[in-house]
Amino acid sequence: MSARAAAAMAAANGRETVIGADFLLSMVEAHWSAKNGDASKMESGLRARQELQKIEKQITHLESAAGQDEETRQEIHQLHERVNALRREVSAHLNAWEKTELARHPQRPYTLDYVERIFTDWSEIHGDRGFGDDPAIICGMARFHGEDVMIVGHQKARDTKQKVYRNFGMPNPEGYRKALRAMEIAAKFQRPLFTFVDTPGAYPGLGAEERGQAEAIARNLREMVRLEIPIITVITGEGGSGGALAIAVADRVLMMENAIYSVISPEGCASIMWRDATKKDLAAQALKITASDLGELGCIDGVVEEPEGGAHNDHEASAALLDAALQRHYGELKGVPTRELLASRYNKFRNMAQFFHAEV
Amino acid sequence: MSNLAIEGQIQRAPNRLDLKLLNYSITQLQILVTWFKRQSGELDTSGERKVRTEGLWVKCDQCRQIIWKKDLEDNLNVCPKCDRHFRIDARTRLSQLLDENEYDVFDSNLSSTDPLKFVDLKAYKSRLHQAQEETGLQDAIINAQGKLNGRSIIVSAMEYSFIGGSMGAVVGEAITRAIERATETRMPIVIVSASGGARMMEGVISLMQLAKISAALARLDEARVPYISVLTDPTTGGVTASFAMLGDLNIAEPGALIGFAGPRVIEQTIRQKLPQGFQRAEFLLEHGMLDAVVPRKQLKPYIARALEFMQQPSDGSRRSSA
Ligand SMILES: [Zn+2]
Repeated sequence: MSARAAAAMAAANGRETVIGADFLLSMVEAHWSAKNGDASKMESGLRARQELQKIEKQITHLESAAGQDEETRQEIHQLHERVNALRREVSAHLNAWEKTELARHPQRPYTLDYVERIFTDWSEIHGDRGFGDDPAIICGMARFHGEDVMIVGHQKARDTKQKVYRNFGMPNPEGYRKALRAMEIAAKFQRPLFTFVDTPGAYPGLGAEERGQAEAIARNLREMVRLEIPIITVITGEGGSGGALAIAVADRVLMMENAIYSVISPEGCASIMWRDATKKDLAAQALKITASDLGELGCIDGVVEEPEGGAHNDHEASAALLDAALQRHYGELKGVPTRELLASRYNKFRNMAQFFHAEV
Repeated sequence: MSNLAIEGQIQRAPNRLDLKLLNYSITQLQILVTWFKRQSGELDTSGERKVRTEGLWVKCDQCRQIIWKKDLEDNLNVCPKCDRHFRIDARTRLSQLLDENEYDVFDSNLSSTDPLKFVDLKAYKSRLHQAQEETGLQDAIINAQGKLNGRSIIVSAMEYSFIGGSMGAVVGEAITRAIERATETRMPIVIVSASGGARMMEGVISLMQLAKISAALARLDEARVPYISVLTDPTTGGVTASFAMLGDLNIAEPGALIGFAGPRVIEQTIRQKLPQGFQRAEFLLEHGMLDAVVPRKQLKPYIARALEFMQQPSDGSRRSSA
């Protein structure tokens, strides 16, 4: 931690609420821009995060060193709160396009990477009973800290052959129908549902249209609202429009810190609205697609922190952070009577995204 | 030549040729204006290429015949020569479906707050204002309550000329309220879709409308109140992927473009030309996605018949044909 940053922190700490995270952020920003000149924003963002990491370590160190001195502990605690706020700010200020790239990072953990690390006794189930099995969506029974649960998630892949097999995580209608079948099995046997969202979108193909892509998505939206089990959704990477929402009508919708959730891809928006696909960074910004944007707009219930630099850097740590969040949210939903659960799920979506005024 | 006949010494009523020539000039102007709008960053909401004039004559984009506008209107805006179903606005739709063109409009005072403060080549706010001025509506929807063959009914009609009939928070809320009204009053509901899908300028806010409306439809379904979805040209994207496909009956007008993804996106994805008739109503019917393709003239009787099935006592004592 630099002397300036420390001074800034001390100053901010003394001045309570008026000067908070914004001031600190500007100091950190000044700090690394002085050090790095015209380094790209991505670079400086990462550096800021490294800096924060160091500060956090120091605080932890100080905390243990503070011993029983109540006043010092209190001060450190306040300091910590501020750093936490700062961390969120820095994360929020990572440019939306940079986040999009992180969300699509080829080394980012995919659904099965999380399943492997967070759940046990995974047993996959296949097929929509009507047309086929869609490898772009996986469904299966598993155990979450000993409890039987159903898992549904988009599945992407890393090597070319697997990517084609998984259709780049873009489901066909039979994928959504398989998902609904799995959800209904879960509801029938009263097992909670965990869904993992990571898709560029539902597949825009000939066969998909022939077999009713829109109908399959629409049906899932309606049925998920009244599924009589607790549902927790995590947007782990890309939340690509209706193709994402079709498995994301849940009691708790969480987003990984660097995930995105959007009605259209930044490239798609850029080519339509700017008539220039290279304006994707502008579009990404304008569309408000980051986890902090979604939080501010009231469209999600929580953001799950990722390890330093992004989930791709450390699959174990990402899974551990997600696991903790899932445990907490599931713990809160677990005892809720079904009627109450359904009523609050309904009310949540009924009252979401209400951005209009009524003239009289 | 035509100018002379029209401006100056008209000693005779304008004949067919005069009108044809005038129509031609207006068409030229229309093309020019469209081009100009496109260059100045206007959203092209007209979708497919369709040359329509504002004059007394209309050229059918399917059979290329010139049609007397009055004839077209008398024929519910269906080409008398080739049965091409032209797009109609929400008010015209309501007048065709509801008895005596009498109905109460509700929820018409809602307008968007521009939640993302969205600006592309132009500010969304100004697009909204322009659309509001051009259509006289606050957004791309009219909720109405009236009678259909004597039966009280709620109709939600989308307005395609309002930013491509796209669905943002206002359209989502209005449709949800119409569904809730139907659930509470037990009046059947008809939703007439005409939309390019979710409104991009409201980002994820418009996406969440899909969940909101579908939730309301789950309750309507549980209350066993009839819902008939009428899909008209065009119905795509998030509108198809939510309420438009969730009717007790999903019916469409002939030739209507209906799909999840737009044809251009699909073409780019699969890198091949799409087959003839792909994503048209008849194609969807063939693939089991629609209950019926109903010509505009039969739309009202078809809906009336369906509601009879859904609402009247099953002993046949009140059959209208008895
Ligand atoms: Zn014609």
